[in-house]
Amino acid sequence: MAIEATETRPLGKAIKRKEDPRLVRGQGRYLDDIVLPGMLYMALARSPYAHARIKEIRLDQAYQVPGVKAILTGADLEKMNLSWMPTLAGDRQMVLATGKVLFQYQEVAAVVAESRAAAEDAVQLIEIDYEPLAPVVDPYAALKADAPLLREDRDQKDNHIFHWEVGDRKATDDALASSPVVVKEFIRMPRVHPAPVEPCGCIADYQKATGKLTWYVTSQAPHAHRTVLALVSGLPEHMIHVISPDIGGGFGNKVPVYPGYVCSVVMSLQLGRPVKWVETRTENIATTNFARDYHMTAEIGATQEGIVTALKVATIADHGAFDAAADPSKFPAGLFSIVTGSYDFPVAFAEVDGVYTNKAPGGVAYRCSFRVTEASYLIERVMNTLALKLNLDPAEIRRRNFIRSEQFPYQSPLGWTYDSGNYDATLNEALKLVDYEQLRKQQAERRAGGELVGIGISTFTEIVGAGPSNTFDILGIKMFDSCEIRIHPTGKAIARLGTRHQGQGHETTFAQVIADELGMTAADVLIEEGDTDTAPYGLGTYASRSTPTAGGAAALAARRIRQKAIQIAAHLLEVSPDDVEWNGEKFAAKGLESRAVGMSEVALAAYTNLPEGMEPGLEATYYYDPPNLTFPNGAYVAMVAIDRGTGEVKVERFVAVDDCGTVINPMVVDGQVHGGLTEGFGIAFMQEIAYDEDGNNLAPNFMEYLVPTAVEAPHWETGRTVTPSPHHPIGAKGVGESPNVGSPAAFVNAVVDALSPYGVTNVEIPLFPWKVWNVLKELGLTQ
Amino acid sequence: MESRKEDARRMVSVTINGEMRQGLAEPRTLLAYFIRETLGLTGTHVGCDTTSCGACTVLFDGEPVKSCTVLAVQADQHQIDTVEGLETDNVLHPLQQAFWDNHGLQCGFCTPGMLMTSVALLQKNPHPTESEIRHGISGNLCRCTGYVNIVKAITDASHKMQKEPAEV
Amino acid sequence: MFPSAFEYYAPKTLDEVYGLLAQYGDEAKILAGGQSLLPMMKLRLAAPSVLIDIGSLGQLSSATETAEGLSMGALMRHKTIETSHWPHYPLLRETAPWIADPLVRNRGTIGGSLAHADPAADWGAALLALGASVQIESRDRIRHMALEEFFVDLYTTALEPQEVLTRIVIPVPATAATFARYLKLERKVGDFAVVGVAITVSLAIDGTVAQAGIGMAAMSGVPFAAHQTESLLVGRQLTPALIKEVSESASQEGDPESDRRGSAEYKRSMARVFVERGLSQILQQWESTQSA
Ligand SMILES: Cc1cc2nc3c(=O)[nH]c(=O)nc-3n(C[C@H](O)[C@H](O)[C@H](O)COP(=O)(O)OP(=O)(O)OC[C@H]3O[C@@H](n4cnc5c(N)ncnc54)[C@H](O)[C@@H]3O)c2cc1C
Ligand code: FES
Ligand code: FES
Repeated sequence: MAIEATETRPLGKAIKRKEDPRLVRGQGRYLDDIVLPGMLYMALARSPYAHARIKEIRLDQAYQVPGVKAILTGADLEKMNLSWMPTLAGDRQMVLATGKVLFQYQEVAAVVAESRAAAEDAVQLIEIDYEPLAPVVDPYAALKADAPLLREDRDQKDNHIFHWEVGDRKATDDALASSPVVVKEFIRMPRVHPAPVEPCGCIADYQKATGKLTWYVTSQAPHAHRTVLALVSGLPEHMIHVISPDIGGGFGNKVPVYPGYVCSVVMSLQLGRPVKWVETRTENIATTNFARDYHMTAEIGATQEGIVTALKVATIADHGAFDAAADPSKFPAGLFSIVTGSYDFPVAFAEVDGVYTNKAPGGVAYRCSFRVTEASYLIERVMNTLALKLNLDPAEIRRRNFIRSEQFPYQSPLGWTYDSGNYDATLNEALKLVDYEQLRKQQAERRAGGELVGIGISTFTEIVGAGPSNTFDILGIKMFDSCEIRIHPTGKAIARLGTRHQGQGHETTFAQVIADELGMTAADVLIEEGDTDTAPYGLGTYASRSTPTAGGAAALAARRIRQKAIQIAAHLLEVSPDDVEWNGEKFAAKGLESRAVGMSEVALAAYTNLPEGMEPGLEATYYYDPPNLTFPNGAYVAMVAIDRGTGEVKVERFVAVDDCGTVINPMVVDGQVHGGLTEGFGIAFMQEIAYDEDGNNLAPNFMEYLVPTAVEAPHWETGRTVTPSPHHPIGAKGVGESPNVGSPAAFVNAVVDALSPYGVTNVEIPLFPWKVWNVLKELGLTQ
Repeated sequence: MESRKEDARRMVSVTINGEMRQGLAEPRTLLAYFIRETLGLTGTHVGCDTTSCGACTVLFDGEPVKSCTVLAVQADQHQIDTVEGLETDNVLHPLQQAFWDNHGLQCGFCTPGMLMTSVALLQKNPHPTESEIRHGISGNLCRCTGYVNIVKAITDASHKMQKEPAEV
Repeated sequence: MFPSAFEYYAPKTLDEVYGLLAQYGDEAKILAGGQSLLPMMKLRLAAPSVLIDIGSLGQLSSATETAEGLSMGALMRHKTIETSHWPHYPLLRETAPWIADPLVRNRGTIGGSLAHADPAADWGAALLALGASVQIESRDRIRHMALEEFFVDLYTTALEPQEVLTRIVIPVPATAATFARYLKLERKVGDFAVVGVAITVSLAIDGTVAQAGIGMAAMSGVPFAAHQTESLLVGRQLTPALIKEVSESASQEGDPESDRRGSAEYKRSMARVFVERGLSQILQQWESTQSA
């Protein structure tokens, strides 16, 4: 069980979380808990059609509803030049539709009223005449020459968004042509949604008297949101105060700026009153950023011994109506080029084509560092196909191709420099924990008895912690992150960071990092995030970047404090600074163990008893521009059994060994892994936003968009290897997303393994029972 | 719609966390919003619109229910318990303590509902098995924890509550 | 998320209910556990202007067991049934834990479930298997009706606007050796059935089937009783061979639709698998009671 925050040398210990005492009391302060005097409520009218021209909007009935204050349409926004807003991907997105709607549930009008119920009453009475147009739902159909043009606003007159490629096409083709073995697989990662339990929302509170806009918003990136808002609205940035309160889960959903946000700001500016907008679950799933929708083809070349020679990948990326991905600017397909994974491919080539369809816009990095899940899923699945082709054990094919530990820092053929890893050790640990040999024996016995049992392995490498300023920016803003620490006279500290946690435990883990650097306890360090008036600028929490970036900033800001503190300590110890040593807890006079002062004495002296000429106070700020990304890895083993009668798949064992470098708090890391595995399970087995051919969303709420309950969620077994990042100040790599990135392939590989004796190499996720049953049926394997 | 009476609000009295409280509610006001907005107890959350997530779970006459799918007027003269009532004399309820000790929460949004369901679960079944716990909390969605540590926390609390019987 | 406005009444007697129904007619809806009606109202898929909350009619929340059978009040909650013990009617306890989730079961009622007439509802399947009938009351008359006649169509029952479903009556089974199973394929907890199969079998001393009931959820536009399959069982010895035969027959009954939960072919196959599994479990259970 966890230990108290009053522990000294807290780094690496399972310290109980500091945020929990308020959260278990129900005293978290989430967006919808905030009520301001005179606050109004907003609701949105949305399109029932996926593709239609708006003929007329009539508001008179809606205005009759008592309590309605104002109704906003695209035409009103057009006059303010606000009917479109930039997306983080450099595309633009309609705020309220003008001309035509491009996806079902698209925002068409906004009503502000004295109560939520009145706002919804009025929304129902808005009359909109549509002329339905032919919808384009399939991304391949969208690329056809005769496909209806979706985005009439663009100069380019087709539905193609971007082409992006990386690697050496010719060398890859040549290598494939001369490889004795080539496997090819079409792999689809369907559209999913992060669906945190708290939906998105905001309160815009514009005070006419001061000209200041306070914007409470469920934001994973409050500073970036402030900048975007300043650019969109024309309000001076210092007159916008963004407060991101406690957040009920994000997983990437709360990174983008949404039309509802912009409308509530416009309404508050107009009405001079606070305007709250909280989306419903249906609005959340049907309109705020989805993830994936990647349609990928991969070819792997190899020798007869199974040594890989080349990887070639072609992908269609369905972005829906607007490219609203939240990727770093130079990476329209995110970090998909991590697709060579843990394997030493001599050459590789990957290309991605983005496509518009009449579906909700996106896609966001759902518990994933920008398309890394897609990449990992692809390579881990196709490596499995290669193993099948060569009749090699999936563990063996991996061993033969792993980047070896002596190859780090490793230059990948698609341009990354992997920092560190010991892939054999991680895999071996997983095989040991699960007792792989025994498991294979059991499998053989049960197979002989007619059971369909499979074992799947995934040994993925992630790329996280965006990122170094030479390559990473969002809308031009470099992707550094920051930490400011102030130590007060009694030796207690407040530290503020540019990130914004949503359950990851920063209030504890960053306190541990700082406390460990300064000889304090985590209890002595208060972490604050999410308030742009007080926290230093940073790009926020997503893509497993907090620990690699802000975590580095925290350690380095603390070390900056130590530099000054050592001067003060020398003064207190009456020795020269050169004769003072930091022993991990205190400043000690060299050779005189007993003469030592701790941070509390130093802090007091910083305000009361300074060396001559020294500037008072004890604080530091660090903007950390990481020299490289970090590359966590993991080895996962799944064992499944398939019910021949129903097609249900039962996950009987799942062992996850993660290597996320230095571990700050093992309890928190395990918690992140459990959560990520469960989402990975959901993606493999039940989560999917499907559309019918008219573009109707078939899973817009929790009755159809299925997320696992405690009953479906398997029992997880976790383990760890530790290969610190050589360039990160404390060697940490980040872990929030690995389990979600690495696990889907393990489940699917296990199902394929169960069916591989019958020639199956691929099955499409999500693996609903009927889908598996259809495969069994075709193979004559049903009960 | 215009034909409907607009101010059909009526007084609703509830005993919430042992205290008599009253407030005006339209018949259509959902109990979850009455608790959150009229009574100002925001520990009870709202996470969906299809009665699926359980973030809104409260005890209604001792039974856990989804307060987003009960009308406030239906609670008139009834007893409601929410997360705010779990702590007694500044001592956390054993379940609150166990959720903290075992990292049974991350973002905390599902936690109040999980706690209320668990309180009722342990009252009915003081020694639940893992499977009974998992079925018992299956009306409450958590997206963060993968449920592992929630199950652990409830098990831990069940042991502790046996040693020192605590009232709710 | 916020229902349209309505007027709310919580009558204390059935007479008051009839009065309100007479006054408001079609405009009014009865509110029982609210676990189907309120979700629809929140999404504004339903917008009655008057709600008549029958929750205070205490006499509708209890059951009475007599030599003839079990009479259950329409307001009995799923949870109450789940935790009640009626040894003659094991199917009730088998079915209840499969409905929705534990929180919904604390509010939802058996009468509400039947009146809602969702073809995938679990009570529909179970009570058809049990050969239940319903008691329907209005100011002018009391009607009794076989449940099968009560289900008219998708979400449509024989209830007239002035009527209230008051009781569900299950006849006592033919023998004391009554066994039951409820098998349900759901995509997750809280999901309606992809296919649900309710089985109750009463065996004579010699092991022949004295009475059999098989009800199905999501296998037709209404909850559905597999009479043909039932009749194949009656009078015969329960054996693996018979089980095989009747499960084939079960898959031919009903009229399932292909949808996102599976093809019609899949659903028929599930009906077969579930009938086979359920009956095999029952056979095993019976054999173990024999040897004990
Ligand atoms: C998340 C969720 C999951 C669910 N999953 C399942 C499931 O897996 N299986 C399943 O079977 N059900 C499921 N349900 C439905 C649940 O069982 C409901 O409780 C039930 O369908 C309706 O009962 P109620 O008492 O809540 O009725 P209400 O919602 O109050 O009423 C339903 C309808 O019946 C009418 N009515 C109610 N009582 C009477 C009466 N006595 N006389 C005349 N008319 C009456 C009402 O006017 C209304 O039209 C689920 C519900 C939810 C919210
Ligand atoms: S808010 Fe989701 S069940 Fe009540
Ligand atoms: S802790 Fe975030 S939803 Fe459960």
